[in-house]
Amino acid sequence: MHTNVAEFLEDISGFLGSYYLTLGIMNALAALYLWKQRGKGALALLWLVVGMVYVILSPLAMSGSAAAVPQLPEGLRNFIDANTGPVIYSVGTTAILVILYLFRAFFVRPVVAWSILNLSLLYMGLSMADPEFAAIVTKPDNVPIVALVFLLGFFTWLATSKAVENDRRAEEGLPPQEKEDNEKVLVWPDLVYTELICMLALTAILLLWGIGLKAPLEEPASSVKTPNPSKAPWYFLGLQEMLVYFDPWYAGVVLPSLIVVGLMAVPYIDFNRKGNGYYTISERPFSYLMFQFGFLELWITLIILGTFLRGPNWNFFGPYEIWDTHKVLALNNVDLSQYFWEGLLGRGMPKASPGAPTFTALGYILLRELPGILVLGMYFLLLPPLMATTIFRGFFVKMGFVRYMVLANLLLFMASLPIKMVLRWSFNLKYIVSVPEYFLNF
Amino acid sequence: MDLGDTIRNSQIWKSIFRHPMPVDRRNRIVVMLTNFFLHLHPVSIKKQGIALSYTWCMGGVTFFLFLAETVTGVLLMFYYRPTLEWAYQDILALRDVTTLGILRELHRWGAHGMVITVWLHMYRVFLTGSYKPPREFNWVVGVILLLLTLLLSFTGYLLPWDQLAIWAITVGAGMARATPLLGYEGPGAQLLQLGGIPMITNASDARFGLLGARFVGEETLNRFYILHCIAIPLAVALLIAIHFWRVRKDGGISGPL
Repeated sequence: MHTNVAEFLEDISGFLGSYYLTLGIMNALAALYLWKQRGKGALALLWLVVGMVYVILSPLAMSGSAAAVPQLPEGLRNFIDANTGPVIYSVGTTAILVILYLFRAFFVRPVVAWSILNLSLLYMGLSMADPEFAAIVTKPDNVPIVALVFLLGFFTWLATSKAVENDRRAEEGLPPQEKEDNEKVLVWPDLVYTELICMLALTAILLLWGIGLKAPLEEPASSVKTPNPSKAPWYFLGLQEMLVYFDPWYAGVVLPSLIVVGLMAVPYIDFNRKGNGYYTISERPFSYLMFQFGFLELWITLIILGTFLRGPNWNFFGPYEIWDTHKVLALNNVDLSQYFWEGLLGRGMPKASPGAPTFTALGYILLRELPGILVLGMYFLLLPPLMATTIFRGFFVKMGFVRYMVLANLLLFMASLPIKMVLRWSFNLKYIVSVPEYFLNF
Repeated sequence: MDLGDTIRNSQIWKSIFRHPMPVDRRNRIVVMLTNFFLHLHPVSIKKQGIALSYTWCMGGVTFFLFLAETVTGVLLMFYYRPTLEWAYQDILALRDVTTLGILRELHRWGAHGMVITVWLHMYRVFLTGSYKPPREFNWVVGVILLLLTLLLSFTGYLLPWDQLAIWAITVGAGMARATPLLGYEGPGAQLLQLGGIPMITNASDARFGLLGARFVGEETLNRFYILHCIAIPLAVALLIAIHFWRVRKDGGISGPL
């Protein structure tokens, strides 16, 4: 971590200067592209001006002096640090995804998408002038995640704009765009050359990446010096983040296995034959929404949270906050059984007398956890038939018993994560069923 | 006759390439059928099926990265010894001394890239509904390939034998100790007893099987090295072959029916 801000700004000035210059060129190219099309002169002018602003920012960033480098005001950064946490983060990202989905026809417009791209790149640039932000983002193994975020943004935009267009065509009774180009072409040269160019481009990218960024190598392994935080590889950090809400047997074993099984089951439980081989949303809204919620919200945003915002002791740290190993957050989470016996009934927890036979002790455990067991029983046993007769009535009829049960259970397991998150945030609920005697906490 | 023609008319050239250059329609078709590497492709294809904005080329990119990982990985195996004594030293030498030390960067960034491109490939396949009949089974093969890609990356993460490596594996593999019934801290493990003696202990449970020891040590390094360099790549190669073959057999690259 950089303690000396002036030194840090000098170190990063070269990067920031060329970063803004690249953004300037990027916008200038966009302006040129639009200028060549008829009737897009005003837009071309807009992006030319934006590009010029970046070009002006470039030497300011290059100067490396605290007064000139463009950065977010300290007050704003402190405000963001003080007001973000897992709740704001998770609810906020969900809300953003919902808004993007509902108003997708607006957000896929090239001018809107380009503005969003510009704003997020500008935000990255301004934030990179903060030593704490830069330290975590430029860790060599974290760079791919930054790339992943922008790649996902781009491809989601691409797919959504095609889907929006296809859905609009469907309303007019036209076939999807993909059906228009049904003419056959020879693989040599049309595909073979594309592949060759892709391979050359990739080799170049990989070489540049390898030259520009050194692979990380820390101190030699030592089984006595535990780093804080100890993090799994980045693609498993969503799973590690789930450990906040669930015990390892569920977050680390059962849920990952169910993700794999659930993905494999997708083609067999999706009975909707529409939307095969072209981008569409309105012809398959249910499978689309379930997948996007699972992938973008429960997988990707949790990885981002686990990578960039979880510091020592797995505490939450704002993007500009110093990773203080002594940060202490009071955790007074309460089990459901405690809520029931001590809170609601105002009596002690049922407990076998010491030395009681195993069978008796087990009976007391079951009695103690009865409220939680009932809740879980209702969730997993009562909800599937209830949903089959109400909201999923049409599904049940079309899918048949086995397929419907697989779908319902997979959905319930998936939903268990956000439900537990909300319960934790709102009621400090630790476990619904807590049997530490047998390592069975849920 | 210039040199190029002389070469193309020689017996050696003609024994390798059994037809003239693919400059006309007939030979462009023949080349696809008689070349081993090209015969993975069909001869002709729907125009929209190869539009980059439709396919994103992410499956192809993933395959290319797998090849790049194989080549750089084999070369790295010449330098690297998977023992407690040498593992870290060899990586250090790759960083500071070895002429082609950039191989390690290529291998590591290629691995990160491969994880990302596998996800993007699946994302595209889902969003175009390309897993729907008749391609259900190929999606399943793809899910297994996704899992194996993550395991390849995970097993490789340990090999540099630095702090980053062993603690990431300690955290990740530590989950196995909580496997229901099969992990010594997993729910129900105490129930598995033989005559009062527990069957699942920290020296016999799922984590032990993964690490080859009760903690990440030399046994783990050896185990992960073999998984990383031999066992998983072989499985991946086989599944990639099936995956590609099924793309062709299940109706070629996806498109509107």
